Amino acid sequence: MSETELLLSVRNMEKHFPVTKGLLKRQVGAVKAVDGISFDVFKGETLGLVGESGCGKSTTGRLVTRLLEPTAGKVVFEGQDITHMSQGRLRPLRRDMQMIFQDPYSSLNPRHTVGAIVGAPFRIQGVKTEHGVKKAVQDILELVGLNPEHYNRYPHEFSGGQRQRIGIARTLALKPKLIIADEPVSALDVSIQAQVVNLLEDLQNELDLTYVVIAHDLSVVRHISDRVAVMYLGKIVEVADRKRLYNSPMHPYTNALLSAVPVPDPKVRKERERIRLAGDVPSPLNPPPACRFHTRCWKAQEICRTVEPPLEELASGHQVACHFPENAPEVAKETPEAT
Amino acid sequence: MSFLDVKDLKIHFPTDDGLVKSVDGLSFGVERGKTLGIVGESGSGKSVTSLGVLGLHKGGRAKLSGEIWLDGEELISASAEHVRGLRGKKMAMIFQDPLSSMHPFYTVGHQIIEAYRIHHKVTKQVARKHAIDMLGRVGIPEPARRVDSYPHEFSGGMRQRAMIAMALSCDPELLIADEPTTALDVTVQAQILDLMVDLQREFNSALIIITHDLGVVAQVSDDILVMYGGKCVEYGSADDIFYRPEHPYTWGLLGSMPRLDREPTERLLPIKGSPPSLINVPPGCAFHPRCPYAERTDGKADTEVPDLAETEGGHLVRCHMSRTERRTLWETEIKPVLETQ
Ligand SMILES: Nc1ncnc2c1ncn2[C@@H]1O[C@H](COP(=O)(O)OP(=O)(O)OP(=O)(O)O)[C@@H](O)[C@H]1O
Ligand SMILES: Nc1ncnc2c1ncn2[C@@H]1O[C@H](COP(=O)(O)OP(=O)(O)OP(=O)(O)O)[C@@H](O)[C@H]1O
Ligand code: SF4
Ligand code: SF4
Ligand SMILES: [Mg+2]
Ligand SMILES: [Mg+2]
Repeated sequence: MSETELLLSVRNMEKHFPVTKGLLKRQVGAVKAVDGISFDVFKGETLGLVGESGCGKSTTGRLVTRLLEPTAGKVVFEGQDITHMSQGRLRPLRRDMQMIFQDPYSSLNPRHTVGAIVGAPFRIQGVKTEHGVKKAVQDILELVGLNPEHYNRYPHEFSGGQRQRIGIARTLALKPKLIIADEPVSALDVSIQAQVVNLLEDLQNELDLTYVVIAHDLSVVRHISDRVAVMYLGKIVEVADRKRLYNSPMHPYTNALLSAVPVPDPKVRKERERIRLAGDVPSPLNPPPACRFHTRCWKAQEICRTVEPPLEELASGHQVACHFPENAPEVAKETPEAT
Repeated sequence: MSFLDVKDLKIHFPTDDGLVKSVDGLSFGVERGKTLGIVGESGSGKSVTSLGVLGLHKGGRAKLSGEIWLDGEELISASAEHVRGLRGKKMAMIFQDPLSSMHPFYTVGHQIIEAYRIHHKVTKQVARKHAIDMLGRVGIPEPARRVDSYPHEFSGGMRQRAMIAMALSCDPELLIADEPTTALDVTVQAQILDLMVDLQREFNSALIIITHDLGVVAQVSDDILVMYGGKCVEYGSADDIFYRPEHPYTWGLLGSMPRLDREPTERLLPIKGSPPSLINVPPGCAFHPRCPYAERTDGKADTEVPDLAETEGGHLVRCHMSRTERRTLWETEIKPVLETQ
């Protein structure tokens, strides 16, 4: 894996959904689903995107693939600014960027055969295949561990794990460069999750794919990611390579998240000390000012309520947005003063 | 006899496609003050079992047989009326889906108050005070105000907490929690688990936690029951299941799971294939189509249902392989691989 070549770059991206009221649909507010995030994805790597429900992970995925129009910011794919590119000009790029969805049940049309579903991208994009679409589709089915004879079957004849494979086969049809996988395994049983995780890894090695994997399960994300970005209420609060993020997390929220994951070892429950967070995630309709985590953070000081901490690189490749980070290198950060 | 003692429980549903054997000969027990964890894949019969214990299949199309003893009383032969009277005070349940089990038209407080007054002859004011107290204890902020909220005005985590407050409001002696935290974020999940364990200690109740998350069971259970295709395939203490598991399905579960507490391996070890149909349960050992050791059992794997037999001190395993063979496999093949994870 080469970590040097930039594939995707996102800068200050925002998505505010208007909240309207009454017959006249007067705008009364906005859900700040994504509120100014920046990150890079390098060729051949897997970037994990984690965070709690409603923090803006799926919205981020949809913005990057231009299924949603950003309110502000910039998306650059392979050096091209695609933020406001017309659908017509986007079309060839759609082949390069594919999305895998969470729900293997509702994301496949029940009236279409597996062959039609996996073959659709060829037809829509008008791609020429050497030995016909059917052969191409059967090759892909084989690649994802399905039987080529499944070509004429319908989705309801398959188990959850098999349906997720069909979904993956569909995204692979056009040999994309970037795959955004939104909760690709969370609807599956544990034993089936492992099959799909292994498949994603094999395909990456075989086809030289780049992934952004969105998931709320921190163990799964650690398993498949090279680097991980943590989101909280529409912001990225920390980005680091997997090892740094899991071994020496700097943001208090990341620390709390990691310490909350139940460890499957009965001995550990007695020894482990857990950070207990108070309350739930606040509403993105009315997020707390400055550092959004201050309402639940045990380290919060006055400055956290008044000055928003910027996402800064505090160690090599390790970015954090916090005034009082944990595990921070001594000199990298001076104690800030409220002014 | 344990406080709750379930013996050879069968719950079958006649359907157009055939008989669905959701629960097929299950036995287990829980003492007061103890926690039993039930794990297994989707459709293995976990929820059907718990609804059966609560008497919620009565009057439906389910065919029940076997015995359910709760504090010395048998419930399968008891009248629906009688079992209904036990719900709330004697036993209560936290359901998998909190929205569907709370009434949308009544305030959260109203629902707790009504549940409480069925078993306690107190005035509305006293019951209301109790409801506010319970909501506060489960971590609902400003309980005196939120008591008058409707379920849809709560976030998912708050609804789950309100459900718990409702289930606990009558100090049930047996509490069954069906995937109590699955829909919740990890930080909220951690709060709810702590809360359930604290309250259980305080009231010395028997607790059953149903989940597919091995991390959750490891954190709360004294004993663990592993289900597959409507049957128990392994039963033992938490230490038995995590440190000396003997059933190939349990090994598969452990190998499928990436773990935060170990170095990441290159590969997960999934179980091949998919869960069985409960109408055409595979003959013999239901796990045989997916089991890597099926051919080690002298052709019995697909012809004879293995017995659930004791391997040592209350640790039960349903597998044709001999105890020695299973232990050798665990020590030499499975454990070394899992430990590099
Ligand atoms: N089309 C929409 N209109 C209004 N609000 C929306 C819309 N889509 C998403 N939101 C809101 O934006 C916020 C972020 O949603 P998003 O789906 O990105 O979260 P997520 O991180 O993917 O959460 P989850 O883990 O639950 O999938 C949420 O508060 C959500 O309710
Ligand atoms: N009323 C019913 N009629 C027919 N079949 C049923 C009925 N209720 C449950 N089943 C079947 O019984 C089996 C066990 O269901 P159950 O809900 O107990 O699974 P579970 O172990 O709780 O799964 P999950 O982890 O998905 O909650 C399933 O195959 C289900 O389809
Ligand atoms: S900036 Fe302050 S409130 Fe925010 S995470 Fe850091 S210490 Fe906590
Ligand atoms: S009885 Fe045979 S098929 Fe079943 S779990 Fe044991 S070894 Fe595997
Ligand atoms: Mg999402
Ligand atoms: Mg269930």
